[in-house]
This record gives sequence, structure tokens and C-alpha cells, in this order.
Amino acid sequence: MAVTTRSLTLPAALLILVLFPLFGSSFYVGLLTRILILAIFAMSLDLLIGYTGLVSFGHAAFFGIGGYALAIAFQDATTIHLWQALPLSLAAALAALVVGWISIRTSGIYFIMITLAFGQMFFYYFFESPRYGGDDGIFLFFKPVLMIGTESILNLENENTFYYFALGCLVTGYLLLAMILRAPFGKVITAIKANEHRVRALGYSINRYKLVSFVIAGTLAGLAGFLEGAHSGYVNPSYMSWHSSGIAIAIAIVVLGGMGTLYGPIVGAFIVVLLQDFLPSLTEHWQLLFGGIVISVALFLPRGATSLLPRILSRRQTTRPDSPPPEDGPREPADG
Amino acid sequence: MELSFYLVQLLNAIQYGFLLFLVASGLTLLFGIMGIINLAHGSFYMIGAYLAYGLTEMTGSLWLGILLGLPIALLVGYLVERFAISFLYKRDHLYQVLLTFALILIFNELQQILWGTDVHGVAIPAPLAGSIPLTENQSYPVYRLFISAVCIAIAGGMSWVIQKTRLGMMIRAGASNREMVQALGIDVNRLFALVFSLGVALAAFAGMLAAPVDSVYPGMGENVLIISFVVVVIGGTGSIKGAFIGAMLIGLVSTFGKVLLPEMASIMAYALMALILLWRPQGLFGRAH
Amino acid sequence: MADTILRTDHLSKSFGGLVAASNVSLDFERGQVHAVIGPNGAGKTTLINLLSGDLQPDDGSILFNGKHITHLPPDRISQLGIGRSYQKTNIFNEFSCYENCWVAAQSRLKTSMRFFRPASRLKTVRERAEKALELCGLSRRCDTRAAAMSYGEQRQLEIGMMLATEPELLLLDEPLAGMGSEESRRVIELLRRLAENHTLILIEHDMDAVFAIAEKLTVMVNGRVLETGTVEQIRNSRAVQDVYLGEEEADG
Repeated sequence: MAVTTRSLTLPAALLILVLFPLFGSSFYVGLLTRILILAIFAMSLDLLIGYTGLVSFGHAAFFGIGGYALAIAFQDATTIHLWQALPLSLAAALAALVVGWISIRTSGIYFIMITLAFGQMFFYYFFESPRYGGDDGIFLFFKPVLMIGTESILNLENENTFYYFALGCLVTGYLLLAMILRAPFGKVITAIKANEHRVRALGYSINRYKLVSFVIAGTLAGLAGFLEGAHSGYVNPSYMSWHSSGIAIAIAIVVLGGMGTLYGPIVGAFIVVLLQDFLPSLTEHWQLLFGGIVISVALFLPRGATSLLPRILSRRQTTRPDSPPPEDGPREPADG
Repeated sequence: MELSFYLVQLLNAIQYGFLLFLVASGLTLLFGIMGIINLAHGSFYMIGAYLAYGLTEMTGSLWLGILLGLPIALLVGYLVERFAISFLYKRDHLYQVLLTFALILIFNELQQILWGTDVHGVAIPAPLAGSIPLTENQSYPVYRLFISAVCIAIAGGMSWVIQKTRLGMMIRAGASNREMVQALGIDVNRLFALVFSLGVALAAFAGMLAAPVDSVYPGMGENVLIISFVVVVIGGTGSIKGAFIGAMLIGLVSTFGKVLLPEMASIMAYALMALILLWRPQGLFGRAH
Repeated sequence: MADTILRTDHLSKSFGGLVAASNVSLDFERGQVHAVIGPNGAGKTTLINLLSGDLQPDDGSILFNGKHITHLPPDRISQLGIGRSYQKTNIFNEFSCYENCWVAAQSRLKTSMRFFRPASRLKTVRERAEKALELCGLSRRCDTRAAAMSYGEQRQLEIGMMLATEPELLLLDEPLAGMGSEESRRVIELLRRLAENHTLILIEHDMDAVFAIAEKLTVMVNGRVLETGTVEQIRNSRAVQDVYLGEEEADG
């Protein structure tokens, strides 16, 4: 029962997203585009923390690098050709390869801290670099277009077009990750999260799998950063900061939505962005409320908001005794 | 540049290193004994600085401010441990990171409610306000020397507590083997609350001491936090000695980095940490797994 | 005549000041069941950990089929055909019984860096996982979450995962620990069956079981090899009786 409900939920949600621009004002289409982009970023982070068990605190760097690659290459251009620009997000893949290669040798808090250190290095590099605008970053006055000959077939200047482009990226990313997770590679990384030591004893060279996962996640984060840069029209170091808009918020998105699922981060992106837009209208000191919400969810709903869905559904329908809602507390700290 | 210039920088580096040590020593014990990653630790540094500012305004004296501020910091530490941190002991690092991040948001917001968003300064108390001349045009502020002296005293006191007292014995046991403390029948809850409160008091005290030399501003905790984590990781979690060496290294690297390679200064501390972890993934004095 | 599958040469390991293994030189013969016994703290588990690559020796060397495997990481050693089970149950708790064996079986693919086709379509892996489940007697528990199984079943799964990697040499660290007599009997039966076409190195406290299936015994005390010989030789050894069996009787 629950399976059929879930298999209906996703297409239904997708349908709503596809139809949204027909009803929503351009302000809300813009807001939703932001959410979709953030969802891609959060999904990539979930591949690390929710599936591979790597709590990376430097993931925002790859988001930023994706944006900066676009901005640096095209800051003086009057036309940004999508087919030239999109491959630039691969710069993030390269950065992830280098950072990952060094970082995966460590584990536990050391992994968290070394990835944070790399994130901070990138942050300060752009923050203090006059060439790339320092604190202010780089502004982009045009949005990418896809042209064949002189015919523009996809012009992202149009808010609705950008929206669909972002949605297309999200769906593609989702399907790619779903495929990878069902493939032998996915089996290995989920096992690494569950019990890294045992996976190694079974004959897998786990560091290679971790590294590949790290690079895939970094690439996807780069794509999200690319989209964010193109959409907002500017790229600045705050993309890479560890708090405010950076990695800590991304972790909040993943956990609030439900980590270890692919739809969780998408739901989380909606929750967090809408909270951040809505709470300030209640009180000037809205971070107090936001912090409180994060704490309550993390304490009382460690599997995130999406873990409520099967519970609500199963309450309404007859519960199958052999399929309890996936609700067990977090693991013991992995003393790595 | 002349020798005295480098001497001044060296003194600055040591003074900065000492302040970092005060913050980092609490952080490293927290991790070593309780297994907690506490992102909110920097907030206690900020709270210390604001307490110093607020209480000095009220009483007219930094000394009175510190005297009144310390018990408040201890109390804050105790309450935070009881009502927030104690829920985290059995949790995954990820949840600790998230929850203590939420605590940062809350502390920052409370700070803004209480003290606003302006940048404040605290005057150096009169007897320490002068400078010691080194050469004709180089001098060194007395207050900075005072900070280093106080920190040396505290570091000495800590080393005595850890080496010689029963509490120190429990802390050492806990940092080297967390399960052992629990097995020894020590009241773990009380030990944790005590260590946490002391760590908070140390961080707050560092903030109070620093208030007259640095300005007091919103978000000051985050800057200290990240660099203190770098110190902890360089030194190896749970190691006070490691925290001390790490703090001095970072003090030297950041201070001389600013002078010699200004555009790379902020990156250097992190690069140093990455290099050290490449060489020793468990930090200088950390236990190998 | 003697065909050595695994040889250790002056293998030593200490932790801080504590010597866990000291000058351990042993020959393990192909096709034999070789049990390592000794009082607690004798260094038996350390020895297994050294052989499996979980620990690196301070000194000495290990040869498997004539090749040096000293200082190789655990994954490489596993790939060479040495499987191990753990004393403390070491499984994927949230995975089903079948998935546990699946991950183990999949490790024998040339590479698991495969991103496109669903894993479930790999017939060879499926067959290997199913065979391992059948061997360890858990076929009926396929879909049960590992954490929800009884302790004895988890121990069986532990062995099943090892079998799914199709090793030539099995390192078994107290496979009977904490099992009821019925479960023990079943596992002993399984080990006997495995002994027909595998080499087994076995650590076990249950002496009846050891005497029932082992062909050769090594007694370790304080990290050293006290004596190695056939079951008969060990039973009749004065030194062993003094140090080990005597203590065992005093305990009971």
C-alpha cells in the first residue's frame, strides 16, 4: 500500500512543479527556481552524508566554484553560450577530486575539520582576491542562452525558461543518483555508511569508493552553483561560507527534509527557504525561531519531515504489520 | 625591518596563541571526554566579550566586570550542558554539528536582542594602559603583556589540575578512554557538566580578556570558533598539550603571515592544518585509531 | 608432503608496553582445521587481526601461498582469498540478511565501480549470495533485517558473509561465542562441512568443539606460541596441561 502511495506522490509533486508557472507570479517562479537550485545542492550533499556517511563541511566550496567558474569566464561577455558555460561546472569536479583525495584519508571529526579547512581556504582565496571582486564578488549581466546558428532555442533570460531548465536539472540529477544508488556502486557506498570497517574486510578498497562519491557530489554541487550564479546574476564568497548561507544551512536542509532519501533534500529545500522567507515577517529576531525549529526536528524527528509521510499515510490506511515506518534513532557515534 | 619589529610580532603571536589556547582547551576536552563537536563554543567567547563590555559599562571597572561575568559564564555553561548538550552524547557527529549550529543562531540572536548590532570597545584599565618602549619608535602595550601573563598562569594552573588532582585524573582517563570512565563508576553526568562549564568559563574568560584589545562585535564568535577547531585538530583531540602547541603554531602562522604574506595570511592557517593532517591524520598528539 | 598455505615468521605486535604477539612462527597446512587456543589475553585475536590485515605487525612476516602479504591492507588480503569472521558480531544491522550477503558476494566482481545497471540484475552475485545463505542455514531469513535476528542467527550471518566472498582460507574468531547448544551444534556441523574443501584457522574457547573438529592445535600464552601439535600431542603435553588446561579446570 505504502509503496503505491509513494510511487504516486512523486509524479504528482512533479506535475505540480511543471504546472506551477502557469499559475504562479514571476516572483514566486523566481523563488521556486531558487528552491530547485538549492535542492540540487542539498541532494548532492545527501549523497555524501546520507548515503556514504561522509560529513563534509567543505561542500559549499564546490557550489561556489561552480558559480565562480561561470562568472570568471564570462564576466565581460555579452552573450553566454550555454554549451560553452555548462561544462565549466566541471571545475568543481576537479576541485572535488583534489580535496577528496586528501580528505578521505582521515575520518570522524578529522574528516569534518579537514573538509572545513579546505572550504575556508577557498572562501578566503576569493574573499581576499581583488581580481575576482573580493568581498563583493562578480556580477553577471546576462543569462546563458542556447543557440543553434543565430536561432535562440533556450533563453534563460526568461524566468519561466530558467525555471524549467532548473527543474530539468533537478530531475536529471535525481534520476542519475537513483540509478547510481541501485547499481553496484550504490550498494557499496551505502554499506560503507553502515559499517565501513566491515566493507573493507570484505575486500573493497573503500577509499576509492568514497572518493568517487565525493567527486560525483562535488560535480553536482558545482552544477547547482553554476545555476545559482546564472540565476541571481552574481557570485560572491558567501556561496562558500560555512554558516549563514553555506554548508550548515545545507546540512539543515538535508536533515530537516530527511537524509538518506533523494526526495528528502528537495522537501528540505522547500521547508528551509520558505521558513527563511516567512519567519522574518513574524519577528525581527527570526533566527531564534529558526534555530528552535532546527533543534526540535533534529531531536524529535531525526529522520526528517519526510519520515512523517509514511506515518500519516499508514494511519489513514491499514498498517501492514511487517512494514513499520522507517523510524529508528540515529546511530551511535562512529568512532573512526 | 629591524629586530624589535619582529619581537613585537612575536609577542603578539604568543598573546594571540594564548587566547586561542583558552578557547581550544575547552573544545578539545569536550571532544576528547564527551565525544562532542560543539560549534557553539565560539559563542561563549562572544558572550564573554559582551559580558565584559556590558558589566564594565555598568560597574565602571573591567575587573569587576570579569569578576561578575565569570560566574555568569559558568552558569550559562551549566544550563547549556543540562538543557542542550546532554542530549547529544549518544548522537552522531552530524546531529551534534546541526544542533550546535542552531545554538549559534540562537546565541547570536540573543546577543542582538540584549546588546544590538553596534561594534563596541572596552577601555583598557588605567594601570595597564601604557606601553613599554622597546626602541625609539617601537613600543609594546602593557595590557597585551598582561594577557600573556594571565594566560601563562591559567595554563600552569590547568596543567597542575590535570596532573595532580582527582578531577584531573578523571579528565585524563576520560580523554584517553571514554568508556573507561563510565566503567570506573565515576558520576559521568557530573563530570561532563563540570568539564563543560569549565570549558565555557575558559572561552568566556578569553573573550573578556580580549575585549579591550579587539573590538566587541556580533559574529565575533564564529571567527574564533573555526580557528580554534583548527587548533584542536592540529594538536589532536583530547590533548591539552596538543591544543597548546597548536595554538602557538596558529598564533605564529597568522601573525607572521599577516606581516610577510598579507594576501595569503587567512589561508595559511588552514593550509598548515591540511599539511599536518596529511602527515598525521590524528593530529600531532592525537591517539592513532 | 606438507603443503603450507599460510606461514608466519617471527610475527610480533605490541600495544604500548603490552606484548600481544611475540615471535609467532607458525605453518598452516592446506586443507587442515588448525585451532589456536589459549587463555584470555593470550593474543589469539591479535594473531587473527594480523593475518587479516586489520592490524599491522611491528616485526616479522606473513606468507600466503608463498607470497608476502605482510603490511597489505585488509581489502587486498580479502581479495587474495582469506576471509574472516569477527568475535564481536560485525554485520550491517539495517540491511536485510540477504543484502548483507549480497554486499559480500559483490566484492568478488572485478570492480564495483559500475554505475548504470541495477545491481540486482547481476546473476553471478545473486547466486553466490544465495549459496552463502544456504550454507550458513539462513535461506529462510532472507528478508529479515539483520538487527532483528537472534544473536545466534547473527553469528551465522557473520559466517555467511565470509563465505559469500568465496575464500580459500577462513579465519574464524570464536564462531561459537555466546551460542546455545543447539545453535552450536549446527555451526560445528557447518564448519565440518566447510573443512572438506577449505582451510580453517579457528579460535575457540569451547574445547569440546575444538577437539571435535580440529586436526592441529596451537596453544598460545602471553602472546607466545607454547606448543603446536596434533590433538593427541597437545592433550598429552605437560607444558600445556600446566599452563592452560590446568587453569581451565581450576576455573570450572
